[in-house]
Amino acid sequence: MKRLSIEQLLGIDKFAVDDEQAHIVLNKEICAFCADKPCTFACPAGLYVWKDGEMSFDYAGCLECGTCRAVCPKEGAISWRYPRGGFGINFRYG
Amino acid sequence: MGEEKFAAIVVGAGPAGSTAAYLLAKEGLDVLLIEKGAAPGSKNMFGGRMYSHALHKIIPGFWEEAPVERPVAREIITFLSGDRSVSMNCQDLNWVKPPYHSFTLLRAEFDAWLASKAEEAGAMLACGILVDDLLVENGKVVGIRAGEDEMFADVVIAADGVNSIIAQKAGLARMFSPHQVATGVKQVIKLSAEEISRRFQVEGENGAAQLFVGDCTRGMRGGGFLYTNKSTVSLGLVITASELQKARYKISELVEDFKQNPHVSPLIEGGEVVEYSAHLVPEAGLNMMPQLCGDGILVAGDAAGFVLNLGYIVRGMDFAVASGEAAAKTVLQARKNSNFSRQGLGLYEQLLKQSFVFRDLEAYRKAPGFMENRRMFTAYPQLATGLLSEVFTVDGTPPVHLLGKILSQVRENGVSLAQLAGDSWKGARIL
Repeated sequence: MKRLSIEQLLGIDKFAVDDEQAHIVLNKEICAFCADKPCTFACPAGLYVWKDGEMSFDYAGCLECGTCRAVCPKEGAISWRYPRGGFGINFRYG
Repeated sequence: MGEEKFAAIVVGAGPAGSTAAYLLAKEGLDVLLIEKGAAPGSKNMFGGRMYSHALHKIIPGFWEEAPVERPVAREIITFLSGDRSVSMNCQDLNWVKPPYHSFTLLRAEFDAWLASKAEEAGAMLACGILVDDLLVENGKVVGIRAGEDEMFADVVIAADGVNSIIAQKAGLARMFSPHQVATGVKQVIKLSAEEISRRFQVEGENGAAQLFVGDCTRGMRGGGFLYTNKSTVSLGLVITASELQKARYKISELVEDFKQNPHVSPLIEGGEVVEYSAHLVPEAGLNMMPQLCGDGILVAGDAAGFVLNLGYIVRGMDFAVASGEAAAKTVLQARKNSNFSRQGLGLYEQLLKQSFVFRDLEAYRKAPGFMENRRMFTAYPQLATGLLSEVFTVDGTPPVHLLGKILSQVRENGVSLAQLAGDSWKGARIL
């Protein structure tokens, strides 16, 4: 089977993106001082990207697993909640 | 919704929550079952198999009506090491006779069905509602808040999954640490039903479950899985979060590598990926268990850490169903005594202790610690594949008896005989 990029994989999934409210909010000043940035590797959706000296993050493709919350070594860097009711990932298989 | 009072509010329409709601509604109680997803199951994901016994007790012969995929007839464990792989393969056709031993299934459909059973029994199912907080009066949980709405109940059952925000808000659970949870990622791959049966050598509607150890996790603690559904296969990896924290591998890339692995790719060749998903697994089991009840609140399912991963057996749904059952029985008893305090709900822990939930989790309590041994994921897959490969190789070199082959493989893989003996002894006792 052909290799799929993370963008292609997320493109297959069905999301109801909440345009009004981000369910994960970063304190990027704390991220700037994080040495290892494990979120940039561990997030299954690859949503955490260290770019030009800043953490770039897009909540829209979040699979809502909570891995970032588990691996983040810096208290207060990630404020994590589930999307508002009905929004976010919609697994059709699961 | 205005200010209503329910006998019970169940947060989360997964297997634990829906089982509890079903049993309570069947006894005529006013039950509200709240689900954050647009439909039950739309936020839920697992590897792919449920052991039947627990649900069969609640809904006898559930497979007649439930959207299950395939009953598992074949179990395969595969060690991966470079060009070599070794598999242990066991088929038992008794497993696919009623009462079926286990089923592969897909959660979106299955969880929706189980929630509909609760609804049929009389529970009120409210989807697309995220519970934001608990309502607490004089230290006792009296209901929930969702946005502007407040809803009251004698008791709240937190069945809101591994990230259980509710149990944390109630002060019953602490935030887990990264070595207590594993990240599971999965791709659902579409193939024809006939092709799946052929590739996994199962008759008709029967299915197979395959677990992988070795290369697929790059030596990290975890493994790969493949479950055959009717006309899809569920393929993925589970890796302990603390390992991902240290390693510089992207887990989404590792799944793609896994699909390219020469021992895996023929199994899924020609398939089409129809979904990519991820979820946390509360792997530490009893070692991460929260307080199971507080004043006016019970915790069930993944939220309580009821998962067991032995490497060759992975269980969660049967514990979830049984904990939902225990929660429902407890609520009925508490209602009789009009006592929903922590003490009044104390029966919950007793029931769990009398059931297979605690018995099994307790019996394998040391398994998560044993799995921290890195040799399980590196040296031993290499050793097993190297040894078997030698056994089957004829190339004109002088013969070496089995013992000599074993000793040379042990040496080659940097394992001492003492370690091998120790790990075998421990493994045999703990697993």
